[in-house]
Amino acid sequence: MHIPDGYLSPQTYIPLAGVFVAVAAVAVKKVKKEVSAKSIPYLGMASAFSFLIMMFNLPIPGGTTGHAVGSAVIAIILGPWATVIAVSVALIIQALIFGDGGITAIGANCVNMAIFMPFAAYFTFKLINLKSQKPLRIFIASFISGYLSLVLASILTAIEFGIQPIIATSADGKALYCPYNLSIAIPAMAIEHLILFGIAEGLITALIVRYFFKHEPTMIYALNKGGKNE
Amino acid sequence: MNKLHKKILVLLIILVLLTPAGILFPMVFNAGDAWGEWSAETVKNLIGYVPEGLQKYSDTYTAPIPDYSLNADDPSVTHQSLFYILSGILGIAATFGITIIISKFINKNGK
Repeated sequence: MHIPDGYLSPQTYIPLAGVFVAVAAVAVKKVKKEVSAKSIPYLGMASAFSFLIMMFNLPIPGGTTGHAVGSAVIAIILGPWATVIAVSVALIIQALIFGDGGITAIGANCVNMAIFMPFAAYFTFKLINLKSQKPLRIFIASFISGYLSLVLASILTAIEFGIQPIIATSADGKALYCPYNLSIAIPAMAIEHLILFGIAEGLITALIVRYFFKHEPTMIYALNKGGKNE
Repeated sequence: MNKLHKKILVLLIILVLLTPAGILFPMVFNAGDAWGEWSAETVKNLIGYVPEGLQKYSDTYTAPIPDYSLNADDPSVTHQSLFYILSGILGIAATFGITIIISKFINKNGK
């Protein structure tokens, strides 16, 4: 899901970089309010966790590869705003040091995986779990949160790829950037995330949230925010 | 460092040692690039030409450790796995360190 350089036109990556900077600025303010000094180490660990999880390329046999991101579990445990910071750092390091994701596409990749995805995950979890404290309900809500948020993020990425032939073609009608349109990009990205990578994200999310619910339930942001602990 | 910090650290160390699975499984199952992450050369094989903008921008930047690997001339599995693990360790150090520095800076006047 890491868009490389050359696949997005400037008309796409410049606005997305703007969105990223604006949302990151809000995240800084929110994290200042929400995150206490003692939870700072967890933000660092979350960023490292997300970095590592994205190294586990999963194969569609004979086809493409993909991976989980970790944004869903981080959003449920540390909150979506802290996730914006932690996962953006991981994505920027990946682009700068390891060439995974383009320099021009840093904004787009952060919008997809570090902004859209954690909020999609957080709201999905809240919507399904409501205020339940039942382990099974929390497990299921966490799984769906991870699964759905990764699939939706892959579709958002596919839209960014797929609008390129519409907005940027040369005089002879050839694509200038990503050559595949929406009707190819969306099914290609959605299906591989529906059948494999989303399940990985769902399982990681459900298992880690279950662990925290058993041992550190007060730490789970999505269960305590707005509840009796605030 | 409290008990939970230690447990998460152990999890991260286990994960980093397992990262070579991320290159081995795709090899075993004959899976290639992620969708939309092809090199300009691969795009040419797929559609017959390299889009002009893609050609222009694809060399915008060369990362110091491209694809989590150094010296791609030695494609042996051992070499790749070793560099993948080293990349993972470097990645943990960089992400952890930078996130902590940013968070501390944000938190300076916070609670």
